[in-house]
Amino acid sequence: MLNLDKIRKDFPILSRKVNGNQLVYLDNAATTQKPKPVLDQIVKFYTSVNSNVHRGMHHLSKQASLLYEQARKTVQEFINAKDSKEIIFTNSATGAINLVADSFGDAFIKQGDEIIVTEMEHHSNIIPWQKICRKKGASLKVLPITEQETLNLNKLKELINKKTKLISITYISNVLGIVNPVKKIIDLAHIHNVCVLVDGAQAIQHLPVDVQKLDCDFFVFSGHKIYAETGIGVLYGKEKWLNEMPPYQSGGGMIESVKFDKTNYAKLPLKFEAGTGNFAAAISLKASLDYLNNLNKNKIFSYERRLMDYALEKLKSIDGLTIYGKSTKRYGAISFNLYNIHPYDLGVILDQLGIAVRTGTHCAEPLMAYYKVKGTIRASFSFYNTKKEVDQLAEGIQKAQTILLASSIS
Amino acid sequence: MANINNIQDEIIKEMSQLKKGMGKYLYLINLAKQLTPFKPELKTENNLIKGCQSRVWLASELKNGRMHYFADSDTAITKGVVALLLKILNNQSPQAICNADLYFIKKTDLESELSPIRANGLLSALEEIKNKARQYRRK
Repeated sequence: MLNLDKIRKDFPILSRKVNGNQLVYLDNAATTQKPKPVLDQIVKFYTSVNSNVHRGMHHLSKQASLLYEQARKTVQEFINAKDSKEIIFTNSATGAINLVADSFGDAFIKQGDEIIVTEMEHHSNIIPWQKICRKKGASLKVLPITEQETLNLNKLKELINKKTKLISITYISNVLGIVNPVKKIIDLAHIHNVCVLVDGAQAIQHLPVDVQKLDCDFFVFSGHKIYAETGIGVLYGKEKWLNEMPPYQSGGGMIESVKFDKTNYAKLPLKFEAGTGNFAAAISLKASLDYLNNLNKNKIFSYERRLMDYALEKLKSIDGLTIYGKSTKRYGAISFNLYNIHPYDLGVILDQLGIAVRTGTHCAEPLMAYYKVKGTIRASFSFYNTKKEVDQLAEGIQKAQTILLASSIS
Repeated sequence: MANINNIQDEIIKEMSQLKKGMGKYLYLINLAKQLTPFKPELKTENNLIKGCQSRVWLASELKNGRMHYFADSDTAITKGVVALLLKILNNQSPQAICNADLYFIKKTDLESELSPIRANGLLSALEEIKNKARQYRRK
């Protein structure tokens, strides 16, 4: 069992008040809060180590480089990649997708080729592919959602053909909190020699990820959604692809030698890490992953499962609440609307009660179009949230309803 | 007819007596409810105010030298904010509206209370109200 009282004390922000009420932070799918070991690591790094990585021979630079490479190793182990050179640090998950779209696109996508995304993607997993398709004269195909509100795998079989080069799919929907059958999709894609990128931005913090078992070609996630500092993202790529892909950005740190007539690029992973990256954030990511490993990842995930089941049941019991998605198993997020109340109104009232949720389209306008809604309320949970907070959310919704429903706006 | 500053002063007084926290929102939602119903045929693209996070429609007419505004929004709180603006500026002359200095926004802390995005919406709505008055002033 997790010691929730102790865990909550590890996250100093959770004890603050908002609008006179104890903060109930349910916007974890947007960003997670940081535990003390991460905060301490950031201060410690800047206080006693700070120096640019892979640049100098002096003591601090060597120490910083060592910590940076240890961070890479920790990430490798966390997702069970074969080799740490398959781990590229980027500025965000979005940055990682852009890297693949641009660089894989440059090497492997030709006119007339096709890329497949799904109807439930975050804009970050749509727009980079639109851009490369436009640039290369390729086309973007969309795997729709079924009436069961899951992905249509039969339709995927129809969509894949000789022109298909890559499928880019989210592991867990940032809106619905449902898990997609990525393993099945990867296996199906590989039969047809199609690569798969898995957007793990909402998965890495809620379920065990083993990129070798998944056999995905690329996997991306961001540090700030797994309790690390902002400004650090991770791209995992199979070595064979990363070796064949040209560098994304160019500049310092990604070369072996530079002459005016020819530059030789550095080997993996530095080939893809041009310029000074956010090494302090990368090192904070090591601190957050160490923290999760020390608490025991499996205990965290099984606690979150129970909390999500409780939250779903609790929300289902509220009259007039429409929950999006039919799955009874949710990871992280649940999206809903209350009668015809605008999500912003409900969000503002909940905020007055100290409850932080996200309102709007959640960077997933195509999914909003599927449900024919202007937006939703999204409550998203982490292992530091409690059943009591779920109850507070439910009470808050009912309170907001009393205030808002009488004024029901067309 | 009360002048713009008298109404503003009245609102500042009213709002200073509201309960902390939810009071301001209850006040705005109540104002939204009191707003004259908006004719569906006026919900046109032309009457939609750009720059608001939620959708706000604004229409106007000039009667006996005074501006009459009609507004609606898909969110109750934004509708309340616009209703508050109309409470002050409805039935005033185009000239008075153009010259109005709406100091109540700062004094009631309405701007900081609403999120920056929504506050931007408040300012867009105000700008549009003044624009409409300006058109009539030229005529």
